[in-house]
Amino acid sequence: MTDSKYFTTTKKGEIFELKAELNSDKKEKKKEAVKKVIASMTVGKDVSALFPDVVNCMQTDNLELKKLVYLYLMNYAKSQPDMAIMAVNTFVKDCEDPNPLIRALAVRTMGCIRVDKITEYLCEPLRKCLKDEDPYVRKTAAVCVAKLHDINAQLVEDQGFLDTLKDLISDSNPMVVANAVAALSEIAESHPSSNLLDLNPQSINKLLTALNECTEWGQIFILDCLANYTPKDDREAQSICERVTPRLSHANSAVVLSAVKVLMKFMEMLSKDLDYYGTLLKKLAPPLVTLLSAEPELQYVALRNINLIVQKRPEILKHEMKVFFVKYNDPIYVKLEKLDIMIRLASQANIAQVLAELKEYATEVDVDFVRKAVRAIGRCAIKVEQSAERCVSTLLDLIQTKVNYVVQEAIVVIKDIFRKYPNKYESVIATLCENLDSLDEPEARAAMIWIVGEYAERIDNADELLESFLEGFHDESTQVQLQLLTAIVKLFLKKPTETQELVQQVLSLATQDSDNPDLRDRGYIYWRLLSTDPVAAKEVVLAEKPLISEETDLIEPTLLDELICYIGTLASVYHKPPSAFVEGGRGVVHKSLPPRTASNESAESPEAAPTGAPPVEQPDVIPPQGDLLGDLLNLDLGPPVSGPPLAASSAQMGAVDLLGGGLDSLIGGTNFTSPPAAAVPASLGAPIGSGLSDLFDLTSGVGNLSGSYVAPKAVWLPAMKAKGLEISGTFTRQVGSISMDLQLTNKALQVMTDFAIQFNRNSFGLAPAAPLQVHAPLSPNQSVEISLPLNTVGSVMKMEPLNNLQVAVKNNIDVFYFSTLYPLHILFVEDGKMDRQMFLATWKDIPNENEAQFQIRDCPLSAEAVSSKLQGSNVFTIAKRNVEGQDMLYQSLKLTNGIWVLAELRIQPGNPSLTLSLKCRAPEVSQHVYQAYETILKN
Amino acid sequence: MIHSLFLINCSGDIFLEKHWKSVVSQSVCDYFFEAQEKAADVENVPPVISTPHHYLISIYRDKLFFVSVIQTEVPPLFVIEFLHRVADTFQDYFGECSEAAIKDNVVIVYELLEEMLDNGFPLATESNILKELIKPPTILRSVVNSITGSSNVGDTLPTGQLSNIPWRRAGVKYTNNEAYFDVVEEIDAIIDKSGSTVFAEIQGVIDACIKLSGMPDLSLSFMNPRLLDDVSFHPCIRFKRWESERVLSFIPPDGNFRLISYRVSSQNLVAIPVYVKHCISFKENSACGRFDITIGPKQNMGKTIEGITVTVHMPKVVLNMNLTPTQGSYTFDPVTKKVLTWDVGKITPQKLPSLKGLVNLQSGAPKPEENPSLNIQFKIQQLAISGLKVNRLDMYGEKYKPFKGVKYVTKAGKFQVRT
Repeated sequence: MTDSKYFTTTKKGEIFELKAELNSDKKEKKKEAVKKVIASMTVGKDVSALFPDVVNCMQTDNLELKKLVYLYLMNYAKSQPDMAIMAVNTFVKDCEDPNPLIRALAVRTMGCIRVDKITEYLCEPLRKCLKDEDPYVRKTAAVCVAKLHDINAQLVEDQGFLDTLKDLISDSNPMVVANAVAALSEIAESHPSSNLLDLNPQSINKLLTALNECTEWGQIFILDCLANYTPKDDREAQSICERVTPRLSHANSAVVLSAVKVLMKFMEMLSKDLDYYGTLLKKLAPPLVTLLSAEPELQYVALRNINLIVQKRPEILKHEMKVFFVKYNDPIYVKLEKLDIMIRLASQANIAQVLAELKEYATEVDVDFVRKAVRAIGRCAIKVEQSAERCVSTLLDLIQTKVNYVVQEAIVVIKDIFRKYPNKYESVIATLCENLDSLDEPEARAAMIWIVGEYAERIDNADELLESFLEGFHDESTQVQLQLLTAIVKLFLKKPTETQELVQQVLSLATQDSDNPDLRDRGYIYWRLLSTDPVAAKEVVLAEKPLISEETDLIEPTLLDELICYIGTLASVYHKPPSAFVEGGRGVVHKSLPPRTASNESAESPEAAPTGAPPVEQPDVIPPQGDLLGDLLNLDLGPPVSGPPLAASSAQMGAVDLLGGGLDSLIGGTNFTSPPAAAVPASLGAPIGSGLSDLFDLTSGVGNLSGSYVAPKAVWLPAMKAKGLEISGTFTRQVGSISMDLQLTNKALQVMTDFAIQFNRNSFGLAPAAPLQVHAPLSPNQSVEISLPLNTVGSVMKMEPLNNLQVAVKNNIDVFYFSTLYPLHILFVEDGKMDRQMFLATWKDIPNENEAQFQIRDCPLSAEAVSSKLQGSNVFTIAKRNVEGQDMLYQSLKLTNGIWVLAELRIQPGNPSLTLSLKCRAPEVSQHVYQAYETILKN
Repeated sequence: MIHSLFLINCSGDIFLEKHWKSVVSQSVCDYFFEAQEKAADVENVPPVISTPHHYLISIYRDKLFFVSVIQTEVPPLFVIEFLHRVADTFQDYFGECSEAAIKDNVVIVYELLEEMLDNGFPLATESNILKELIKPPTILRSVVNSITGSSNVGDTLPTGQLSNIPWRRAGVKYTNNEAYFDVVEEIDAIIDKSGSTVFAEIQGVIDACIKLSGMPDLSLSFMNPRLLDDVSFHPCIRFKRWESERVLSFIPPDGNFRLISYRVSSQNLVAIPVYVKHCISFKENSACGRFDITIGPKQNMGKTIEGITVTVHMPKVVLNMNLTPTQGSYTFDPVTKKVLTWDVGKITPQKLPSLKGLVNLQSGAPKPEENPSLNIQFKIQQLAISGLKVNRLDMYGEKYKPFKGVKYVTKAGKFQVRT
């Protein structure tokens, strides 16, 4: 006789029959009936109509029957709240039962009945059970607090259960400790601000003791809780690590991964010179590899986490490449993850093996996997320079197979290889062209068109090839259309004589026949560019492109650090911080790796600075990707493309100019509207925070006597936005020369080299007078101070605001953009003292509407002090008068571009406010001169 | 924590659901079915699926999907480990983890699930404790129960539940006291076309069957413990003792359990006991191909290699295969999966087993690009290929003299030969 008999039904109503049986006098029949009810419940049938009859069976000494009734109650109490009250008495009675199993069962079940009315009756029994002499009851009660909190959080707080729960962390029984930690963690998750798990060295010690003795699940709770603790110094971190390490040998993979999380996090605090650090690194590899021999589902989660670990500390698994080799019967989700990690671990030492494997994978059956394998070969070529040639020949072999999707994928990656090693592998172009007809995916077509356009001068029939694409122009995807437009313009610039017709055709297709604004705008821009200044067009379109960087898909270091704190969780599977996907209003506290603090030396170098501290003011960073400039330079190909080039900055400026100025000089005939284009410069200038000027008000530093006032360094480019490069800086003017004092800090994992800097056109023609000289490579966590001399002979374009400066900084990783506001007084020249007569004449000469008046508040300085302070910054006092007890200072200053500014400063004794009147032929500078005054006077 | 569990069979029926918090509607499984459809193959369903309000974490075991519903941030490994534990428990209780077995014992299943999780927190997952709480079904017991009206639910607190050794119950009694250990090693390897080893490692386990009375305290030592540098232990093993003396010291659970699992990595040289000579070729435009494989012994330490099976996933365009084996028998599934299985038996070095013949391809189809991999199974008795050897087993804490035994066996794990 098996339970499947419970599923059989008779002709009469099933419910009716069960009802009769439930009310039977015979115990055995009753039990059988309840079993039938439960069986129906398990398959999702609604048996709630039997509620009163089942509850009637509750009063029994038969434990099995009692359990079954409890099971039923949990499921249906919610739908019959009034009836459920009937059960309360039995629960309260059972909570006093001499048998701890029954006490625990009662308190457990009561917590599962999610009915508000019942929870009130639950409080007293729960309070008793939390203090029960039997640890089995206590541990059950601990979980019950979490259940109750879920139903009625206020009640739990009012009744003081949270404090009782906290006390249970010090319980003598490890199981109780583990459950208390689990319950508190769950409650804390819905109350991120509450300080429920306030850990201190004593409680940590208790947790570590319990860790050794509780069940595997309890160990997971405790380890996850430990991971939230920040040890006070490296010694404490090490001692915790030592006690956690044995967990790495646990059979339960979740315990292992939680232990790995604690170790990865606390390792951050240990000095790399420590012997223990090396030991720990060595100990981490075997358990991670062992996770890969488990069931595929476990492997998947493990691999997602290993992906993070490999990025954070590649040294751990660098010798374990082979365990990531793909077996043909691995599930596809495991295969793809393994492949990703293989590329991350690829280095010169193992590249031969990796390539052989990848080539093998490229002949497998699964299309997705094959594609990714082909792509991986391209990534290897870009990552390991020495292997590039081999990768290219492997790709060529694959193209020879003529398998359609392999060919297409190979062409896409070869395009990337061209971007990394320009002018090196052109010999393969002929082979690529042979496959032109078989390409049917937009990405592959776009890649091929890009190649043809880029190397048009070496392909004899480039015009024919491109023309063939042009036939179906309107059926192509946007990606291909844009690429085709650019490629033909490139071709035209390279071979103008024979392709004039072609270029006109494509321009008219793009501008007149297309509904796509991107395409139209790009078409117009090219059109205007070609018709106004073909030389500039050449500079823009044929500019030298930046080399693409090695690893474009690395997780940003700051995000990576956060994710390391979430190893083993869903966040680590999705590689997103929990704030990005956790449901609803549940706030999430951002976690960050602990800063390194050594016990023996209290303050350490800048690297001890907390990573999580938010900068006071964040300058705006011009988005490096997908912006207009990048678009113009036809860099919209595929993912590995970085921002616009530095080397091509002249072209970049040309582009800006095109948008800012020459809009009116439109080419003949075409009737178009300017708004879309005119809007663009505004969006370029837009991301400049007005609050930036506040930065310079920061008080600190002593006024510089030999030169003008220097503001303290402010963070211009936070590491988060620049793949780990942090730039802070300020401007100085000393003895007639302007310079930009920069501090570059490497917060990434890799060494940074090849720094360069470039300014966009700006209002006063500020430009670097010398290249950015960073002599040694910048290793991780290092910073370097550089003073970059500037001149004012660069090209001029009016910016909004006037003193806005857009800067591009390049290193071996990428190009980054930021904008900053410079204080105007760095532009006040030394010969800014005007002759008295001249001053009077000029003052009269400048129309009154050009006069601007400002108040400088809270500046209780005497006329002499003001005068000398300003003199230090090249604001010269020409005359001083005393009118009706007020001091009047007449001052002049000259900007680097020859604009004179005349000032009248009124100082009333006893009044801390100064009144400043400025007169200038270019009134738009007045506002900024006033800001400069304020900055100088207040510092 | 774990919110709900759905058991789903291969044809997509939800045949059991259990909720530990509020009830989640079955419709949440639609997201799972969607993913399943996309994956084409059941093995390829991603284990973590996100839906607008929940996360679904699933495992695939014995042709069943265990789909759990999660609402808050929970370590996915925790959930997956737990689901496997549930499947193990069913296996342990009913002898198999199948839809039929679960339906036949639905009440016990429900009681078990209730006992294993409380509010989504694991409560009792040790087989020893569970069996004290809920007795496994036996024919004899169900007869007795129906006559006497007693139940199969224990009414006292399980003894091991709170002690420092939760895995062992108190008061165990046997007339024959026995302790058996099986050292089982599996070779995972990828062999390339030319026969050289791309990757090889040994996954080993020591499974124990301990039937000893009282509270025995065992020490197991090895001749060459140095082989074991990457190990996962059953919680019963005292880690400190292992760290300092390389001796496994433990109070065992009662019955069958996995004592340790270990990995001997590819850094050490792994002996490969068989080699395969193969020639699988397809001719361009002729709708046929040749197939020829021969298996021979390599480093087999003088033992017999037996139980050899070769499975090959042939390309889709293969219509049929006409082969002749020198020994054993072969089958080919020409319709669905295109799998060739050759049951070889054991190798006699005098006459190496081979399988030769012709492959018929779909006419007109292009020559297949992929090269099929050969999957090989074999077994070698009385040998642990890593060279691991148990030195001695000592028992403390009890007076009687137990009967002890150790068995070694080496098998192929994921053993693949590329062609």
